[in-house]
Amino acid sequence: MIDAALAQHNQAKREFLTFTLGEEEYAIDILTVQEIRGYNAVTRIANTPDYIKGVINMRGVIVPVVDMRLKFHLGNATYDEFTVMIILNLGQRVVGMVVDAVSDVVALSADDIRPAPDFGATFDTQYLLGLASVAERMAIVVDIEKLMSSQDMGLVDQLSSEAV
Amino acid sequence: MSIDLSQFHQVFIDEAYEHLDAMEQLLLAIDIEQPNLDDLNAIFRAAHSIKGGSGTFGFSNIADLTHALESLLDKLRKETLSITHEMVSAFLSCGDLLKLMLEAHQEGVDLDEQRITDMKRLLLSLGEESSAPESPVIHTNTQSPVITYRIRLHPDSDIFSGPASFEALVADLSRLGTLTLIAEQGAGCYEWTLTGSVVLQDLQDTFAYICQDNEVTITEEVASAVEEDEGFGFFTDLPEPSVAPDSDFGFFVDESELPASQALDDSGFGFFVEEADLPAVKLAQQEAEQGFGFFVSESDLPHPVTPSNETRTKESTTPAQTPVSAPKKMTKADANKAHAETSIRVGVEKVDQLINLVGELVITRSMLAQSVSELDPVHFETIHKGLVNLERNSRDLQEAVMSIRMLPINFVFGRFPRVVRDLTQKMSKKVRLKLVGEETELDKGLIEKLADPLTHLLRNSIDHGIEIPEVRRAAGKPEEGTITLSASHQGGSILVQITDDGAGLDREKLIAKAREKGLPLSDNPTDKEVWQLIFAPGFSTAKEVTDVSGRGVGMDVVQRNIAEMKGQVEIESAQGVGTTIGLRLPLTLAILDGMILRVGDEVFVLPLTRILESFQPDSSQMKSVAGQGRVVQMRGEYLPLVELHKLLGIQPQYTRPEEGILVLVETTQDKVALFVDELIAQQQVVIKSLETHFRKVDGLSGATIMGDGRVALILDIDRLARMHSTTPVTMN
Repeated sequence: MIDAALAQHNQAKREFLTFTLGEEEYAIDILTVQEIRGYNAVTRIANTPDYIKGVINMRGVIVPVVDMRLKFHLGNATYDEFTVMIILNLGQRVVGMVVDAVSDVVALSADDIRPAPDFGATFDTQYLLGLASVAERMAIVVDIEKLMSSQDMGLVDQLSSEAV
Repeated sequence: MSIDLSQFHQVFIDEAYEHLDAMEQLLLAIDIEQPNLDDLNAIFRAAHSIKGGSGTFGFSNIADLTHALESLLDKLRKETLSITHEMVSAFLSCGDLLKLMLEAHQEGVDLDEQRITDMKRLLLSLGEESSAPESPVIHTNTQSPVITYRIRLHPDSDIFSGPASFEALVADLSRLGTLTLIAEQGAGCYEWTLTGSVVLQDLQDTFAYICQDNEVTITEEVASAVEEDEGFGFFTDLPEPSVAPDSDFGFFVDESELPASQALDDSGFGFFVEEADLPAVKLAQQEAEQGFGFFVSESDLPHPVTPSNETRTKESTTPAQTPVSAPKKMTKADANKAHAETSIRVGVEKVDQLINLVGELVITRSMLAQSVSELDPVHFETIHKGLVNLERNSRDLQEAVMSIRMLPINFVFGRFPRVVRDLTQKMSKKVRLKLVGEETELDKGLIEKLADPLTHLLRNSIDHGIEIPEVRRAAGKPEEGTITLSASHQGGSILVQITDDGAGLDREKLIAKAREKGLPLSDNPTDKEVWQLIFAPGFSTAKEVTDVSGRGVGMDVVQRNIAEMKGQVEIESAQGVGTTIGLRLPLTLAILDGMILRVGDEVFVLPLTRILESFQPDSSQMKSVAGQGRVVQMRGEYLPLVELHKLLGIQPQYTRPEEGILVLVETTQDKVALFVDELIAQQQVVIKSLETHFRKVDGLSGATIMGDGRVALILDIDRLARMHSTTPVTMN
């Protein structure tokens, strides 16, 4: 067992942050995570979809906040002192993402991630990297950069012109 | 020559643009009848600096052209020629061409060589044709006796493999006199004889931008019969014209051995003014200038030119000359140095970063102030005091940093005398341009964006506003029209106005055209509504108002440009009297004077400059118009009521306008009454973009961070008013 784990370790493992939305567990590349903070002082923006909660002041920078629970209709969209927000740094953009809870940091190698079945579920499979088993549980590995910059999320400009 | 000079190209190009701009302004200001010698010298220096730089950096075509320009200017400043209108025009177009050439070099594209050749020929012909009728006394500088020079070119490297062209050199030399090739030794080494009535100066000029001074030896083969002693004539106040060719030469020889020549090399600029009637000193001066912009090697290398028949002159001149010129040179050098150190070039992004950081500081300070305000002032007296100091300091700091970006509006105004001059000549109109308040300071970003709209408006004023002289005379107006371009501070904004005393807008014509085009217009439109018509896209003012068309940039573009700068366009016009177009702009794009207001439990910022007044209406003022929502009656006007809570989907504290407050705001189209719950405070806010990490949101122009660290959104009044008018009434 130990030998096998070591061998796997050598295969360039990447670290993933896992979080939960309702019953499901998701994993995102930890390098996209800038910080994790509580949910507060969000300024609502009118005439935007409900899952765009508004904008916050991140040390002088205006950053939008998305509630993934509302976007994917998972879990309970309540806001209290335990509500947690993952601040993602995706290349040029910074986005805040509200989730149910942050669980763990896991190391996964490419072999650990198996292709996701075409289950047509909450996440469009084009945003999924695959499925991975993390200590008896299954985590859905998400290509968060692709998801956040997609038109589905309405965070980028092309969408606004279509929506209006 | 192994240093990579390309790293300095941008610096040279920037400087060249500055020199060209300075030259243009001086040219436009010049009085043809009585040209100011200082100005002529300044123009000459500008041309000379460009020539020097372009030669060094291998922009040989620029160096070539500026050389021709400089030669003509040189004659002007030496007063061997007097300046004419044609020359000013030629200089101006030469300046334009040089700008094009600089651009071409920057972008690495080729320019039409023919234009350059034509321009050079024009400059040369201007220099020749008018030199003949001039008085013979001062002619000696240009019309020198025929001399034969032996020229030996022995560069360190093969310079003709580089940017300088051998053919161009030969052509230049042939222009100066009869050129005979004696020997060709390869690797760029040549020997010629040149016979002609040419001063050594011109020869050196020709070589100056091809190689370094020590790489060429020019000797005079047959010295003209001038008594050497006359060479000292320049120490008396009397000019000694006959001495010119000889003493030139003597000086050239001295140069390298003069202890002061180093100073001269650095600061040759600008001191021939006082001594303009001493030809010899002047020439020495030019020698020095020659060195400017090149590798200054001249002073430490013994000059190769040492003809024996000149040695005596040299020796006797040197001691006498040194004490006179040395102190002067030193002071000039100091002055130049002091000037150079008063400004530094800094990238705009660095300044912007500074502004951002100061913005953060201001926000942090107000957050601190909010927390501290809860502390007992007796126990925490020092903290309270410190915070007051911090506030003052950070405010000063903010102002100081903002002022870095501020430039006098003259940076755009400065180009308009030229535009007016060109246009009026083309259209045979007489227009005087008056500039008022050029020193008004404005954010650099705004100044750059202001140039195009202002140019367009100015062209419009000349095209359509000012009538032709005959019409003006018939109307009892002075033949010469006046366009006033003014800038002034008005509260937190800048007002730039273009006023002409021309025909004014033709109300009837505009209305007729609007009806023809099917533009919406009420039956009895106000003047303001009619003037707004010219901003409609495709509403060509060119055909309606006169036959002369503009540049194809419509007034709609002007308005859009100004709106992008968060400014407004205002028009006032009276037929037969003239038109005033006012551009109201914020002082800067980074900070906004805002009114903080509240709707429900959300806080917004409204640009203060848009607010006319605020009031609490009584129920009798509120009227309902079927199909058009509600209006509020205000001093005889009916203003549409824009309910912010409905547009932004907020649960308001008050739903009846009589309970809340109405803010009367001015949009680009009209006035509307904005219904809000409460006005909180007036405050300067730092504008933050929503688009950096998010996207543009309809009805919002940006965001800011309030004292408590929360984000407040800045309302875009124009968009909100439009959203209101397009919202279906059923929402009510």
